[in-house]
Amino acid sequence: MSSLTEKDRPIVQLLLNTGTCPRCILRFCCVGSQTVYRHPYKDLMKDLKDFLKNNQEKEDMVCFDVVDPPCKRIRLEDTEEGPDDVNHNGTLQQIPSVNDENTAMENSAVKVCNVCLGILQEFSEADFVRKVCQKVNSADYQFTSFVFSVSLPAQLSVRERAAWLLVKQEMGKLGLSLAKDDIVQLKEAYKWIIHPQLSEELGVPADGKVLFEVSVVFAHPETDEECHFLATACPDCFKPAKNKQSVFTRMAVIKALEKIKEEDFLKHFPCPPCSPKNLCVALEIQCNNGAVFVAGRYNKYSRNLPQTPWIIDGERKLESSVEELISEHLMAAFKADSFNFSSSGREDVDVRTLGNGRPFAIELVNPRRIHFTAEEMKGLQQTINNSSDKIKVRDLQLVTREAIGRMKEGEEEKTKTYSALIWTDKAIQKEDIVFLDDIKELKLDQKTPLRVLHRRPLAVRCRIIHTMKSEYIDEHHFRLHLKTQAGTYIKEFVHGDFGRTKPSVGSLLNRTADILELDVESVDVDWPPTL
Amino acid sequence: RICVITLAEAHPLLQKGKTITSINYQISANCSRLQNKVSGKSKRGAQFLTELAPLCRISSSDGEEYTIYSCIRGRLIEVNENILSNPAILQEKPSTEGYIAVVLPKFEESKSITQGLLTQNEYEEVLLKRLNSSS
Repeated sequence: MSSLTEKDRPIVQLLLNTGTCPRCILRFCCVGSQTVYRHPYKDLMKDLKDFLKNNQEKEDMVCFDVVDPPCKRIRLEDTEEGPDDVNHNGTLQQIPSVNDENTAMENSAVKVCNVCLGILQEFSEADFVRKVCQKVNSADYQFTSFVFSVSLPAQLSVRERAAWLLVKQEMGKLGLSLAKDDIVQLKEAYKWIIHPQLSEELGVPADGKVLFEVSVVFAHPETDEECHFLATACPDCFKPAKNKQSVFTRMAVIKALEKIKEEDFLKHFPCPPCSPKNLCVALEIQCNNGAVFVAGRYNKYSRNLPQTPWIIDGERKLESSVEELISEHLMAAFKADSFNFSSSGREDVDVRTLGNGRPFAIELVNPRRIHFTAEEMKGLQQTINNSSDKIKVRDLQLVTREAIGRMKEGEEEKTKTYSALIWTDKAIQKEDIVFLDDIKELKLDQKTPLRVLHRRPLAVRCRIIHTMKSEYIDEHHFRLHLKTQAGTYIKEFVHGDFGRTKPSVGSLLNRTADILELDVESVDVDWPPTL
Repeated sequence: RICVITLAEAHPLLQKGKTITSINYQISANCSRLQNKVSGKSKRGAQFLTELAPLCRISSSDGEEYTIYSCIRGRLIEVNENILSNPAILQEKPSTEGYIAVVLPKFEESKSITQGLLTQNEYEEVLLKRLNSSS
């Protein structure tokens, strides 16, 4: 094995004897070449044993077969944990006691590594890769590259620490040091081995920046309690959080390992770590795609349609909603799990939205399909428009997450124009309402309208009516066009809301006024881009 | 459900000839309805009212003083300060701009409170009965 040198010899010997797999041994010898890790398991095992053999002429034959107790030299130095080590080794595989390493190699039953618990063994093999790819392919996602993320059980960090301390001690005898950072990280080595295999079988490259994520969660219930001693040693690292099942999260364990003193660690945890009976289990293999955002503008032509579903005590009060009518088709096309609808402001159930429409954006969560051409988006827009006469969408397009911010800024800052059909109790003549046209920048004080007071805090809002234009209809009716600041309650401006909005159309005309119909004529936000 | 407390149609103050001289929201030494302050969606800090809790006392020029009661249980959201500066609207527009107070009952009690109130028709029947029995 060309990557290893003389100084690695005692480490290789020690780790091999204590139940560590070849790839972990390479990691602790700081072998940084990715390709070496990709060699087949059997080859690596053979190479390591050959490496050890090359210098054995002078020394006694060292037992490679790990069922036998570790050799004398090491046992003398391993004062505390020798007995434990033997016991655990002894209860494992039924490997016949042989000194012939060839037979040992042919034996297909492989001992589970005491450091990686099988991650760099079984879970780096083609069978597992196949299993993952099967899951990915059956999930039917559209993707051009992937991110592979792995969640390892917290106790691996503990075992890694124990192994490091063991190796450090050994190297210390040779007058050499081994920094924790020099060791190749388990996750990194794992990705070196598995990325090429996944890429090959999926036919696409791995790319850390991409949104399509294949994630695997590993667990090793047999050794879950190994972390518990850290709670007594560093109690402040393990605060129970309400929404987490176990307090021993990976982060908490790593933090505690940084704090704990070497002596304390060695007091509570076997060094070298004991060999486990079982491999890890891959609990979940999941695929997740980053959300896509579709934006557009909608018109609402019905006076009987809420923006979001109106459901009280499980009972739907009005059929359908703007968001459902739009998202139904998008969900189907993008094959998403769920959606989040947001818009630049809203209108009441009984208010129409005319003109260019109101900007909206829909976040499609975990979509299976993400690539749509401009033509396809146009087609989608047509489908939505054909499906209902209550709404219409325009400028339907894919946008980035950042673009949503622009839409929301419109909600607070931009002006809106309305058209209101107003009734008055006392008769009016044309001359009586003409003065409204001349009023500019009218300041209003609006207390929270009674109709929303049950779910909003009580407050006073100052809002501005920029311009007005009146259209006389008859002695008791006229239409008023207004351009107002965002957040103005129009209905309340007309009827005065029990005198809680001042001034109001009623107070300006010195009559009782009420609103019969309201339409949104325009929402003055220039987003999303007009297509 | 938000409730707006107003003077009933048949209230003496709304009958002909009555002039209001003062309206006082200070109903006791420690309690002024004007000092009611609510914050947040759940209207914390509101004075809690029971059916017989006084909202205000109104005096008329003929020397009478009327106490206006809440009539329902709930949190006091606001009292109408406009009638202090313009008492006329209390008589001119008792059901709209001349309202007395806004009260928010507890969500659980909402239904039972509504059921305990009279509809417009039921109220008119009560008035008729009153008229008939006195004649």
